[in-house]
Amino acid sequence: MTEPADRDLDLFEPRETDVFAGFEGDIPGEPGRIETWIRAYGPAGVAFVVVLVLWEGLTRAFDVETFLLPKPSEIAQRFVVNFDVIWAAGFRTFFEALGGFVVGGVMAVVMALATVRWSAVREGLLPFAIAANTTPIIALAPIANNWFNVTSPVSKMAVVAVIVFFPVMINTARGLLEVQPEELELLRAAAATPRQVLRLVRIPSALPFFFSSLKVASALSIIGAIVAEYFGGPQDVLGQYILNRANLFQFPDAWAAIVVASIIGITFYMVIVVAERLAMPWHVSLRKTDTA
Amino acid sequence: MSDAVVLARGVGKVFGAGAARVEALTGIDLRIDQGEFISLIGPSGCGKSTLLRLIGDLLQPSTGELIVNGKEPRQARLDRDYGIVFQQATLLDWRTVRANVELPLEIMGVPKEERQARATEMLSLVQLQDFADHHPWQLSGGMQQRVAIARALSFRPALLLMDEPFGALDEMTRELMQQEVLRIWTETETTVVFVTHSIPEAVFLSTRVVVMSPRPGRISQVVDVPLPHPRDVDTRESDDYYRLITEVREALRRGEER
Amino acid sequence: MTDAPEVVSTASRRSPRVRRVVGFLGVLAVVVVAWELYKVVGEALGGVVPGTELRLRPPPNDRFMPHTWDVVLQLFQPVRRNGELTVLLLAKAAMFTLREALVGFVVGGVIGFGLGVAFVRSTLAERAFMPYVVASQTVPIIAIAPMVVVWGGQLDVPQWLSVAIIAAYLTFFPVTINTVRGLRSPAPTAVEMMRSYAATPSQVLWKLQVPAALPYIFTALKVSATASVIGAIVGELPAGFRDGLGRALLEFSQQFNVKKLMAAVLMSALAGILFVAAVTWFEHRLVAGDHRREG
Repeated sequence: MTEPADRDLDLFEPRETDVFAGFEGDIPGEPGRIETWIRAYGPAGVAFVVVLVLWEGLTRAFDVETFLLPKPSEIAQRFVVNFDVIWAAGFRTFFEALGGFVVGGVMAVVMALATVRWSAVREGLLPFAIAANTTPIIALAPIANNWFNVTSPVSKMAVVAVIVFFPVMINTARGLLEVQPEELELLRAAAATPRQVLRLVRIPSALPFFFSSLKVASALSIIGAIVAEYFGGPQDVLGQYILNRANLFQFPDAWAAIVVASIIGITFYMVIVVAERLAMPWHVSLRKTDTA
Repeated sequence: MSDAVVLARGVGKVFGAGAARVEALTGIDLRIDQGEFISLIGPSGCGKSTLLRLIGDLLQPSTGELIVNGKEPRQARLDRDYGIVFQQATLLDWRTVRANVELPLEIMGVPKEERQARATEMLSLVQLQDFADHHPWQLSGGMQQRVAIARALSFRPALLLMDEPFGALDEMTRELMQQEVLRIWTETETTVVFVTHSIPEAVFLSTRVVVMSPRPGRISQVVDVPLPHPRDVDTRESDDYYRLITEVREALRRGEER
Repeated sequence: MTDAPEVVSTASRRSPRVRRVVGFLGVLAVVVVAWELYKVVGEALGGVVPGTELRLRPPPNDRFMPHTWDVVLQLFQPVRRNGELTVLLLAKAAMFTLREALVGFVVGGVIGFGLGVAFVRSTLAERAFMPYVVASQTVPIIAIAPMVVVWGGQLDVPQWLSVAIIAAYLTFFPVTINTVRGLRSPAPTAVEMMRSYAATPSQVLWKLQVPAALPYIFTALKVSATASVIGAIVGELPAGFRDGLGRALLEFSQQFNVKKLMAAVLMSALAGILFVAAVTWFEHRLVAGDHRREG
């Protein structure tokens, strides 16, 4: 039984379900826009408030100690008290994540274009992509600390870049390669140059793949930066802040920092979603839903 | 023959409600006797597949009375009185051809040895005994459909329901399959209800052709097909055959116009 | 490929497996050569960017970038004077980490499968609990794994168990989602067919839906396997942990010993690959050739 190489690629399918599942896609139709929006996200919002209220109420009612489970109000209070410190840490962490995201993303696109041009690159990269998907890349963090100076944000960017590289490269390459044969034949019939084929067919067809991998990568980059920080470095970043406060059993502080990480992560994700809509307004998944 | 395998009186089926209400079938009166080969033909939306599913208790009628093999359709289904074949063979990929044919028997709790014997018998009936240990995707479309027929007949149902079973096959394969299904019908003496939108297919196969028309779905005419058996290539070239095809075609057109 | 001139290598005419091995070894060779070349050239330049005072990063000396063969040799040297061999220590650490990951993986997988079945059986259950399942994933558990472990310690949860819980958390979600998707994957006619045989709901489940769902479930399990190992490694970072790959990585990192660190990275990679390979092995046993066909 021959095993198609394609199956391995399945591992790299954008895993949007991992984070912020279902966030995009539900584009409310024009009529009653707000109403449909409320219907789509209302229950989730209500559930969120209910959970917060229950959490607060139960921890108060049963007098649960803070080190066991902090109350939302305590977290909110620490969020306000440490606002400056946490947000400063958040921005430093975001800077690391963004740097790695950009470097990893650019390298991934260059590599993806190379796979289209040279099949040898494709053959050679595949096993590494598979390995990268089955191995804990985060283990590279201490080495990056060593190589790029543990105190420098570059050491964290390097880890994020590697984490971002593989999903973006694999998905972009897949988009560039998996073009409708008819479209290629059409251009071939028009005697288009390879450059024209790339510009007119391959890149447009790769964009959806590229953006969905970026969405995954945006979440991964924040998580990657925080985890890389756990392996050492300056203390004024989110990862170290969370770890230090947890070690001192000051969980409300740690949770406040996690709230900041989530806000940054969601914002980053939303920015990519907006960029996606601007870049390819024609795409099916972004069309307004027909009620007919 | 007087045993009605299917008896419908004033059967109707409505889908949805309010603005989305669709009257799929209305006032269906039909009697199908044992040993008949009945085709249901009509344009899309005429409710022919719906009628088939009502007989199989895959849908329930909204109005009227329906008797299958002398019982409520639900009871007939529970008694496994019918086998069904769809347009797609719907074979389970993870089972071999033999295991697919055995599936209904397995569900009915038939002992293993009898299952195997029955599967062997059915596979030779559809002339696929050499492919018993293959997996479905290793077979052509026509062969897959023969497996589906073997599976539907494996528990010797009184009635065989076929929902455009050859719709996905090419014309050549299709004619071979029609010949095949007539042979099986003769050998097993099963009553067949056959949904199709091909006029020649309906005429070639059937003892009676039930012509249906849409909006709302109803029976517009029943055409008797007194072509002699066994039917073969010569049948397809006979004058009677062409005359009957014309008759069904005109019945279809009249149904549309009304 | 119509527009790019194909490089017809000898490899591309062979079987995919051979081709993959050749490709892997080829790229590996390129990496090793590039690594050693960087060291030679870097040292020759005195470890700085030519014409500037900027230090090259990574520094090309043996302390930061040991020779590739030295990394391999390190595996077979004692981890400290009169200590055990590095490879043995790391193998034990990997076993420890894999055990934590495996416990969580199995528990998470079983919960995920159970939830998936429940959701498909009961729309009410799905509507009531699915939003929470989805919401649960907005907590980036890997990013807060160390905190979870410290927190667990407060609740008298043993550290290994906290790590296993993290792995379970990472596993149950993808498995739930793909179980639901897989159980719903059979064609409507397949369901009608089972109905025509008057099959009981559990017969429909075990003879139709579960076999159809297996490929989906294994796709999720392969994703979760890696995530579990990552979760376990990160969960081992807080102080107080004595065993495991995460601990080894952190310890060697604090010793600034890149050779040992590289060895630990290799072992981590091996642990991840082993875990996924084991899952794939089960897939090949459970999902007969059919679903692994092309197309």
